Order: sequence, then structure tokens, then C-alpha cells
Amino acid sequence: MTALIHTLDIAGRHLRNFSRQPWYIAFSLVQPIIYLLLFGALFKRVVELPGFNTGSYATYLTPGIVAMSALFSGGWLGVTVVSDLDRGVLDRFLVSPVSRSALITGLLIQTGLVTVIQSLILIGLGVLVGARFAGGVAQVVVLVAAAVLLTAIFGALSCAVALIVRKEESIIGVVQFLLLPLTFLSSVFMAPALMPGWIRQVSRFNPLNWAVEIGRSAPEAASLDWSLVLTRGAGLVALAVVATWLATRAFGAYQRSI
Amino acid sequence: MTIQAAPREAAAASNDTDLAIVAHNLVKTYPGGVRALNGLSLAVATGTIFALLGPNGAGKSTTVKILTTLSRPDSGSARVAGFDVVARPSSVRRAIGYVSQKAAVDPEATGRENLSLQGRIYGLRGRELRRRVDELLERIGLAEAADRVAGTYSGGMQRKLDILMGLIHRPKVLFLDEPTTGLDPEARAELWAEIERLAREERLTILLTTHYLEEADRLAARVAIVDQGRVVVEGSPEELKGELRGDTIRVELADGATEPRVQAVLEHLPGVRDVTLQDGAVYARANSGGQAIPVVLAALERAGIPVAAATVARPSLDDVYLRYVGRSFDAAGEKGTER
Ligand SMILES: Nc1ncnc2c1ncn2[C@@H]1O[C@H](COP(=O)(O)OP(=O)(O)OP(=O)(O)O)[C@@H](O)[C@H]1O
Ligand SMILES: [Mg+2]
Repeated sequence: MTALIHTLDIAGRHLRNFSRQPWYIAFSLVQPIIYLLLFGALFKRVVELPGFNTGSYATYLTPGIVAMSALFSGGWLGVTVVSDLDRGVLDRFLVSPVSRSALITGLLIQTGLVTVIQSLILIGLGVLVGARFAGGVAQVVVLVAAAVLLTAIFGALSCAVALIVRKEESIIGVVQFLLLPLTFLSSVFMAPALMPGWIRQVSRFNPLNWAVEIGRSAPEAASLDWSLVLTRGAGLVALAVVATWLATRAFGAYQRSI
Repeated sequence: MTIQAAPREAAAASNDTDLAIVAHNLVKTYPGGVRALNGLSLAVATGTIFALLGPNGAGKSTTVKILTTLSRPDSGSARVAGFDVVARPSSVRRAIGYVSQKAAVDPEATGRENLSLQGRIYGLRGRELRRRVDELLERIGLAEAADRVAGTYSGGMQRKLDILMGLIHRPKVLFLDEPTTGLDPEARAELWAEIERLAREERLTILLTTHYLEEADRLAARVAIVDQGRVVVEGSPEELKGELRGDTIRVELADGATEPRVQAVLEHLPGVRDVTLQDGAVYARANSGGQAIPVVLAALERAGIPVAAATVARPSLDDVYLRYVGRSFDAAGEKGTER
């Protein structure tokens, strides 16, 4: 009970600080919007190739961009942890009755909510440039849920890196050298049928790809492919739990260094 | 230089009911091989103020981090508010307040929000929380700035907020790591008065670290001088000053280069002892400064050493400090002050 209250207290702190800089949302959307519009225009006719199962690249691309944006939101989360460390704010929490897991999940809740907002904005923009969600509201809901889970997984991992390495540069490194390649090793931009074989194999183990698959689980049919949604969703949930646990353990690594 | 036997009571503190803090033989080596603590022991009676005094890098902050459960000792043991810091960290955490050396406020939250979150963490809610927050803000003169984002506070205001955050939940034991560093003299005096009042009224036990001898002298019932990871001497300010029988003679030289010679000359004078060098001046002790000064000056003149000034002073905590860690000032400086 106390743990839950603490989690909400911590989430409340991050939400309040976030609400003081609402322009951050706009800023964080610049990159996904550029991808959505530029790639959308550049590859418009790629759907004429077999394998996309849709006549509109916007329909294909939008769930991918939503997932990618969620991935990066999570990836940057460690920056918040590093700045809390630098300011001594985290040390103060660590000698208080707040549990380590509340510190992580509180932050994840805030980032998850931001991901919901970002996802809805991107979905709206996608629809404006021609994307269609044949699965209707259900498809949008599972896409957003998958995006939130993706944020949680990579957010928690980013926090763990932040606690172990304690430098902002390391977070930048993770984003550049891990998340960017992860994006191209997935079906965000390209249909699996058209990928080189090895990329297709790698992408099967890429959680970003799971989220994208969930988001596209109703290509032309009106109803979702629930078995796909549930299996990929279970995978994402499991990874989110493991990543959160890892991040919680990383406090130990930090405390051993001070 | 002799290293005196450390705390007299600390080791024998098996009956800790009236001891809020007991540390026994703490050792801490940081990754990279820096031995920050090297067998540090201390004991603090409930409801008293205890000061850790020492040069940069002596191990003061490390001690505080271990006692607050932030860091773990390699060996040795410590109890705070009756709980072992390694075995029962969460019980310790509920009983303590911690104000770290560096102000730890959330710059994006207002003063009030910083305090409220801190209070909620310890279970204060609703009206009770609001009342406590208002009371504290009022008491330390932050009420007007309370609804401004803390990032806009001056360093001194942040420090005050920081200290309030350590107090909000009425801890039993409060750790203040260099609480007044960076405050102007007026703010410092106010804070001293506040700390004294708290210790008295709330029967709060306070362990503070400081570089200011004046601060330790004014606030602390007992002082431990820490150097190179251990307590070199411990006692009440009066006891420590009393150990230095007699007055301090300070001779400022016209030409600093001759210092070692001065020491050689003075060491053999009758009635003069504990000759030390510090910042281009020579310090010595004498039972009666008034009688020793002419003798000292005559001897220096005979040796052809020009003197710029000579003074006599009653013993102060400065002298105690100098006696125990004076020679290590330079060494301590070289070790660096990172963190
Ligand atoms: N996290 C750390 N990693 C490595 N070495 C450290 C760390 N923290 C402190 N040290 C080293 O341990 C020694 C003791 O440091 P500590 O911070 O306890 O000193 P202090 O007495 O508080 O000094 P100051 O008066 O400068 O605050 C120093 O040599 C310091 O460089
Ligand atoms: Mg210190």
C-alpha cells in the first residue's frame, strides 16, 4: 500500500515537472513527425510492391512511427535519472522510506502517460496524411498500449544504464548505438517480406517489432488478430517486468560506488 | 606528530540505549583504492549535537553516507537510532533526516512542492502536512518564496530549503553535512540558532560535519577531529581546548623561507612547546604567553631571523585543530577535494 502511494507520489512529481515544460512534447515529436512525413512521401509508392498488404504507405508507416517514438521516449529516460543523481535528489530519496521500485515505476508511469499523448498526436497526424485504422478504436488502443510497454522496457533499461554509468553521454550512446539500429532492424519502414533474410530473422526478436506488429494487426480486415496481439503483448509485458527489476537492482550498483 | 587514542567512549558503547549513533571501526575503500575511512569510531548521546571536524578528504561525508545507509562500510559496524545500518536500513531510514553536503532540491519544483513531497514520503498527508510545511517555511524565512520554483532560489535559500526537507518528518537523528557552507554570516548565525533550538526542543540528535571551528565550538557538545579516515581526538570543545595547556604564540616571519630554522631555534627554548608551521607563521604553546614572548623574540633576534609580528592568544578550537591536523593540511590538499 505504502509502495503504491509512493509510486504515485513519485509519478506526480515527474508529471508536475513535465507539465512545466509542455513544449518538450512538441520538441520530442519533431523527429517522428519528420520521419512520418518525409519517409511517407519518399516511399509512398513502395506499397505497390507485394508484401505490404495495404494500398497506403501512411497506413503501413503510422503504427511504426508511433512505436519508434515510444522507443526513443523510453531511451532518453536515463537523462532524468542522471540529472537527479547530479542534483543529489536521488540520494535523498535513497535514504528515505521510498522503495527503489517506486522510484523507477513512478518515473515509468509519467513517461508512459507522455507516450500516450505523443502516440495519439502521431496517430492523428497519420490519419491526416491518409493512414487508416481498419481495426478501429480497438486497433488504436492496442497500438498505444504496446507503445507504452515499449517505453517502459527501454525506459527502465535507460534508467539502469544511468545508474550504472552515471553520465549523460552514456545515455546518448545507448540511444545512438542501440535504438537507432533497432529501428532499422524492424518492420517500421519496410515490409518483412522485402527485407534481407538476416534482418527478418533479427527483427523477430526485436521488441520494437512486436509493438509494430501489434499496431498493424488489422491490416485490411475489420477485426484484430488477437492471437498475435496477445502473444506479442505478453512478450512486451515480460520484458517490461524484467527491465524494471534490472533498473531497481541498478540502485545497488550506484550505492556501491558512493 | 602523535596520533592520540581516539574516542574514549565509542568502543565501550555496548549499552546504547542513550546513544543515538554508535560507529565502531568503520572502514571504507572506494573503487579505485582510495581508503576514505580507516577504522573510524564514534558515539553520540541522544539529544546532543556532535560535530565532525576535519580537512578536505578526511572522510566526514563518507561517514555520514554510511550512517545514513546511502553507502556501505567494507567492515566495522554502526547503529543509528538503535538499528544496525547494514542489517536494518529501512528502520534507520525512517528515523533519520539527511542533509547532504551539496544542496539536493528539485529545481523544477517550488519550495512548497519540494517540502510537501518529502513530507508525503514519510506519511504526512492533508491538513497536517500543509500545516507542517507552512510552519517550517515561516520559521526559516522562506514563506515569501515558497511558491517560486526552487531553481530560482539563491544558494543560501536552496540550502535553507534543503535543511527543512531534512526536518519535515521530525526525525530522531539528523545528519547535516556542512550545513552552513555557502551561507552569509547572518544566515549562518540564524541557522545556528535554529539548529540549537531544534536539538533542545525536539530532543533531536544531530551529527554535523564542518570546516568551521567556530561552528563546532558554538553548537556541539562534543567534537571529533577526523583526519585520514579516523578520529584523531574527541571530546567536548572545553576538554579539547583544556588539553592544550597555556597560550598560543604566533610569530609571523618577515621572510617565510627561513621557517624550518625558526622551528629549530624555538624548539630548544624553555617553556615553549608544540612548535608547528602554518601558512608562513610559526605557532608554539607556552604556559604563559606574556612571559614567553620576550624570550622568543630575543632568541629569534640572536639567530638573525626577522619577525613581522608576534601575538599571544588564549587557546581556541583552531589550535586544537592545528595541533592534530595542522601538519597534514598540505597533504590533505593534495589528495584533492573531488566530491
Ligand atoms: N564516490 C567516491 N569515489 C571515489 N572516491 C571517493 C568518493 N567519495 C569520496 N571519495 C574519496 O574519499 C576520501 C574521503 O572523502 P569524503 O568526501 O568523505 O571527505 P570529506 O571529509 O567529506 O571532505 P570535504 O571536507 O572535502 O567534504 C577522499 O579522498 C575522496 O576523494
Ligand atoms: Mg564532505
